[in-house]
Amino acid sequence: MIAPSLALPLAIALPLIAGTTLAAVAGRSSGRAAAGALAVVTAAALGIVLASAPAVLAGQPVSTTWPWIPGIGLAFSLRLDGLALLFSVLILGIGLLVILYARYYLGPADPPGKFYARLALFMAAMLGIVLSDNLLLLAVFWEITSLASFLLIGYWQHRADAREGARMALAVTGVGGLAMLAGFLLIGETAGSYEISAIVGIADQVRDDPRYPAALILILLGAFTKSAQFPFHFWLPAAMAAPTPVSAYLHSATLVKAGIFLIARLYPILGGTPLFTYVVTTVGLVTFVFGAYVAVFKHDLKGLLAYSTMSHLGLITFLLGLDSPLSNVAAVFHIGNHATFKASLFMAAGIIEHEVGTRDMRRMNGLWKYMPHTGTLAIVAASAMAGVPLLNGFLSKEMFFAEALALRHLGFLGGLASVTVAVGAAFSVAYSTRFVHDVFFNGEPRDLPRPPHEAPRFMKVPVEVLVTVCIAVGLLPGLTVGPLVDLAARAVFGADLPAYSVALWHGFTLPLLLSALAFAGGALLYWALQRQYNLHLHVPSRWSARRIYLAFLAGLTSLGDRTSIGFANGALSRSLALLFGVVVVLLVGSTQLTVGVHTGERPLLPLTALGVVAALVLAVAALGCVIWHRERLVALVFSGVVGLVVSIAFLYFSAPDLAITQLVVEVVTTVLVLMALARLPRSGHEHSSPLRHSRDAILAGLVGVSLGGLALGVMTRPGTTISWYFLENSLPRGGGANVVSVLLTDFRAYDTLGEITVLAITALGVVALLDGVRQPKPDADHLRAPAPLLFAVAARWLLPLAIVVSVYVFLRGHNEPGGGFVAGLITAVALLLRHIAHGVSGGTVPRRFGYTRITASGLLIAGATGVAAWGLGKPFLTSVHAEPVVPLIGALPLASATLFDLGIYLAVVGTTMRMLASLADASGEAGER
Amino acid sequence: MTHAAIASVLVPSACAALMLFIGDRRLRAQRVLGLVSCVTLVLIAIAAVLWTSSGAIEVYRLGDWPAPFGIVLVLDRLAALMLALTAVVGGAALAAVLTADPGLDTRGRHFHPLFQLQLMGLNGAFVTGDLFNLFVFFEVLLVASYCLLVHGRGAVRLRFGFHYVVVNLTASALFLIGIALLYAATGTLNFADLAVRVPRAAPADASLVHVAALVLLVVFAVKAAVFPLCLWLPGAYAAAAPPVAALFAIMTKVGVYAILRLHGSVFGLDAGAVGTWLLAGAIVTAGFGALGALAAPTLASMTGYLTLASIGTLLIAVGAGSSAGSSAALYYLAHSTLVTAALFLLAERIAAQRASDGFLPSRPVAQPAELGTLFVIGAASVAGLPPLSGFIGKLTVLQSTATTPGRPWLWSMLLATGLLTTIGLARGGSALFWKTTDAAAPATRAGFVALAPTVTLLAFGAALALFAAPVQRFTDATAEQIAERELYAASVLHATDEPPVRPMPSEPRP
Amino acid sequence: MEILVAGAIGLLTACGIYLVLRGSSFPVVLGLMLLSYSVNLFIVAMGRLTVGRPPIVAAGAATYADPLPQALVLTAIVIGLATTVFTIVLALAVSVPPRDEAADRVARPQGDEPSLR
Repeated sequence: MIAPSLALPLAIALPLIAGTTLAAVAGRSSGRAAAGALAVVTAAALGIVLASAPAVLAGQPVSTTWPWIPGIGLAFSLRLDGLALLFSVLILGIGLLVILYARYYLGPADPPGKFYARLALFMAAMLGIVLSDNLLLLAVFWEITSLASFLLIGYWQHRADAREGARMALAVTGVGGLAMLAGFLLIGETAGSYEISAIVGIADQVRDDPRYPAALILILLGAFTKSAQFPFHFWLPAAMAAPTPVSAYLHSATLVKAGIFLIARLYPILGGTPLFTYVVTTVGLVTFVFGAYVAVFKHDLKGLLAYSTMSHLGLITFLLGLDSPLSNVAAVFHIGNHATFKASLFMAAGIIEHEVGTRDMRRMNGLWKYMPHTGTLAIVAASAMAGVPLLNGFLSKEMFFAEALALRHLGFLGGLASVTVAVGAAFSVAYSTRFVHDVFFNGEPRDLPRPPHEAPRFMKVPVEVLVTVCIAVGLLPGLTVGPLVDLAARAVFGADLPAYSVALWHGFTLPLLLSALAFAGGALLYWALQRQYNLHLHVPSRWSARRIYLAFLAGLTSLGDRTSIGFANGALSRSLALLFGVVVVLLVGSTQLTVGVHTGERPLLPLTALGVVAALVLAVAALGCVIWHRERLVALVFSGVVGLVVSIAFLYFSAPDLAITQLVVEVVTTVLVLMALARLPRSGHEHSSPLRHSRDAILAGLVGVSLGGLALGVMTRPGTTISWYFLENSLPRGGGANVVSVLLTDFRAYDTLGEITVLAITALGVVALLDGVRQPKPDADHLRAPAPLLFAVAARWLLPLAIVVSVYVFLRGHNEPGGGFVAGLITAVALLLRHIAHGVSGGTVPRRFGYTRITASGLLIAGATGVAAWGLGKPFLTSVHAEPVVPLIGALPLASATLFDLGIYLAVVGTTMRMLASLADASGEAGER
Repeated sequence: MTHAAIASVLVPSACAALMLFIGDRRLRAQRVLGLVSCVTLVLIAIAAVLWTSSGAIEVYRLGDWPAPFGIVLVLDRLAALMLALTAVVGGAALAAVLTADPGLDTRGRHFHPLFQLQLMGLNGAFVTGDLFNLFVFFEVLLVASYCLLVHGRGAVRLRFGFHYVVVNLTASALFLIGIALLYAATGTLNFADLAVRVPRAAPADASLVHVAALVLLVVFAVKAAVFPLCLWLPGAYAAAAPPVAALFAIMTKVGVYAILRLHGSVFGLDAGAVGTWLLAGAIVTAGFGALGALAAPTLASMTGYLTLASIGTLLIAVGAGSSAGSSAALYYLAHSTLVTAALFLLAERIAAQRASDGFLPSRPVAQPAELGTLFVIGAASVAGLPPLSGFIGKLTVLQSTATTPGRPWLWSMLLATGLLTTIGLARGGSALFWKTTDAAAPATRAGFVALAPTVTLLAFGAALALFAAPVQRFTDATAEQIAERELYAASVLHATDEPPVRPMPSEPRP
Repeated sequence: MEILVAGAIGLLTACGIYLVLRGSSFPVVLGLMLLSYSVNLFIVAMGRLTVGRPPIVAAGAATYADPLPQALVLTAIVIGLATTVFTIVLALAVSVPPRDEAADRVARPQGDEPSLR
């Protein structure tokens, strides 16, 4: 015997883990094995539930709680009370029958493992819903049922209608699931807990909270979508594309009942308010009548059953909405009854389809003489559906009528309700009659795909079992299901129910009269439709909620197409315009700028002639770039001028290092860009409208003005900084007088390491990019332009000189402007010139791999210098230094920083030359085109 | 003093340098080096998480210079979390490259060094405690990502690569402007020091700080792909080779990290109404991503849009501005990074068997059961279906925004995003696995090894759900650590008895 | 003098942005170059302007230019060099048909970037 605390988790775990895996594995060998495996597992689970039934019937619900995520109030807490017991028995019991049925229904082409595994997953999730005592846990299982039903409905994946039906079910129930989740969160906020049994205790507090209406509506949305209430019903007929065992299971006992279950489960918390009553009863009643009405006109056997299911769900919803104890009893009772007769009807329909090859009732007439056994079963079940006496459907329907008629005292609306009920009842009789008459009688079959005959023996066993239950309950309600129903009803209604009797005969009562009327009316209606209107020629109206849904979805998709993909179409200028637009909006929009601009009292530098001239030159050059940006060489010259002026400005504003670097970088950039341009095709005239030009101009102007304003605002204000530290410690602790250089190689050497890494990566990228471009042609030599002799000579002499200079610059760098980076660039420039002197097409750029290695060694040296500090127990990049004085050069700093600088030097030379080599090859190819 | 932080940067860069020495010719050796590096990074990340989970903040003074003058590396919970994510995703992506045939590294030059340098850039950005150094490592990881993005060439890839590069370069220029403004206002670059000075700034400087905060917000919003600055992402991610795209799943999170670090901790979300702007952008981003996913033509591009949706979702939590919000955002960040990466890798495996990961009918895959199951798990957790990490993440985000003004809008958008994602993925899944042509499935089946990277990532996602309680304890603590700027400042700056900033050296001393 | 510098920064920025917004490859590269000039000037300006006081420690010097922004700009210049070259090369690579289109995937390249056709 299992410990009660383990029973419920085990009951879920069995199908969830054992069921899915066993079915999947056994499915590889045979369908029989898979079905058997799952059947055993299901039976075991059912056994466990039944084992703990006595305790429940004795009034002690079994419950278990395991913490999962206390942070969000999600706990793995299960509870088995009367309602849960009723549903568990239905889920597992009918599940067992469905498995047996499917074993014969599935064809050789249908992979069994997939089917039974998904069925097991679904079963486990359903069980989880009805056993959950934690709202969030319930939501978890709820969504799993959506997912599992999606997989089950889409089982026949090759069929378009199956795929669409599956997606529709997922989408519609998904909406509800999310709404429900939001509702649960609201309840959790008000109640301060997600444990259902705990919330029931403080239900009044929840109902009085201002958040109650929102929570109620959201949760009901979840329930209505799941149980196919009008107007969310359309996914249910679409789901009929599923294999019939799936329909028999999902649409009789389980999936659609989950919504009903939710209302029942939360009735003690949410129920009893006028809002609840009005919404639930109205929706239920409308669904009841609408479903019954549509069902009559369905030619598809399963379509008829689908709409009748919907109608019955409406009936149950209506009963749950009524705020009377007996209505709850009726609801619970009908849940069970509907499950039994509807499951058997679906199975019968499946048998018929299986044997005659169609589901169209206009073709399958007079099957009685071919399959009497199935016929008998189907007729009994259909009578139960119609509410014929001596069958279970009759009893719950009587109670339903009683409740409905009780409303007539509530004035006009009540009267309207009872009349509507009568009409709906008539329609349900009508479609039941049609089911029987159109299938088994009404003349001869018309061109059936297969000759009709009886189904295999065991395929009918499940139906027989269910039909037996219908009769047994119908005859002896009190003995069979009385206690369970009573218990479940108490679980729903909470308080003690008044005395009532579920019995076959209550004497000649008003409900009985109503039944009789319904039968007469229904039969008459059917006869009229069949004979006068000629039902078989009826074409369903084009208008339907399904079409609206599909149109909505299509609209949504095209919206997505336009807004996202159409918008993010890779248009670069759009991205950039948005970028600057956002900057402008943020700066201007959040009025910080105006404050930022206000000028301070810092003494300004005197205006000099040089300054004005430089500014003018810069302005002209910058505008020149803009105006002649299509004339590449001109534009490049202009940008070069800008760079020159900027570096002069650096020099003037006491930043010699910047000036030198800017200058050298200018040269290198220009050379490399020129080489690339030699290869780059002329970009076509961009055909941008004047509107866009002005838009861009305005954006550019705004950002420019803001930035200039900010600069002015800052420069006219005194400020504070940490820089004093570098000035004070550069010489004593950094071993260098040039603070900028010490910053780069010591204080912030880590930045420099990253910077040369960027340089190296770029070189790699350039190589990789141009690797695809290069197509070396052996006969390319004659195209190489011979350089002027003088130039070549000059270049030859220039190289050694440049090397010397760079060594000098390198060594003095620590105390005077200069340093490894500049030195490296100077060397690179010299090599560049030499290379250019030898012709642009660059066959002579040697040792392609050598350069990459030089770069790598530079990185490694720089890194190793930093790591060496670990040896001294110091952090990465800690420097040590000593300065012997050397003639000519001066104080030669033997700082570890110098070694670091060497790394930089090598990296710079390596990368620059590597890029050059690749570009040379690429443009070499260009020469031939 | 542990060297964990610096090691997370040095290991990949050293490996990259060695790879360059070895050369592309010896691919096998490069692969081995890459694996070694990735494994080491995982170990370092584990150590970092364990170390920081005690609440300790490890400060590493580079060059032994005291903060705020030198550059410091700071290893706190947030940094450790990001290191861990990077290590896992990076390792999985590399494994996917090595198990694919032909491997991506045979489709162009220098794949492995670039990959390692990318990791170096990411780790460097996560552990640095210095604003300008953050810029430098942003450049490292961006330049590396440019190269990886266009790796293997292909016209579309290059075209979107150009777009990506230019947008990010422009953003980098803005980044420099923001840094300079901040320096002008406070005279320092160290996060901790900034956290101290920003609140004390004089009115005029305070307005400069706000401008800087907004400029930096724009920069990070570009990196994190917040609407309308996200147009570079869908194309680029769809065009990139799937393993690279998987690695990029962490790239957008760098922007989120920077926002959490700077705007969450240094500036505070109220500086210049950053929080409001962020919230607005986040909401639109979520919707934009979801709509895009609904209409995406391939699984890879759909995953790209889903990345946007997840960014929106987690920035909504950030924008909530509460400590709970940050915690929820961190949990969701971990979840979305792992799962989107897994989906990118899965897209490649599916495309390999199906000839394309497009949603047009094609031949069936060879392993519908295996790939289908993986897809369902990945899709369900992206869409936020229980009981997977996405559901828990969404739940925490919803709960953390319960008190945010405009909650109905936030919640509707969050839930609508989930719904659209579900519908889109359902459509995608049924198109990929169900809507097949009659052509025979290919014989080439992916062995377990080939699926291992995807499985691992999804397993991490599942673990996030299963062990959500401890994970949330960690993220809660992380969120609180982010909020406590005084503690952060104290533990970074405590060693310095140096006086604070002084007047600009250009001004004569008093 | 400050006004001139501020004006230069503003003008360079505006020109750079306008060029970048042209969308086709060469103007974009040109614009990025101008932008980086203006940004470098901006950074130096943030350390306030000084004349004739380079940050090279010398006996008796009382005031210096702020060295920190200069160091930052140096780094920025180098990174600018790298990225500029990379961008132009990328534009070049886009312009030539790659050897194998195998890497192409289903996508919708439209718009005006980089308009090399």
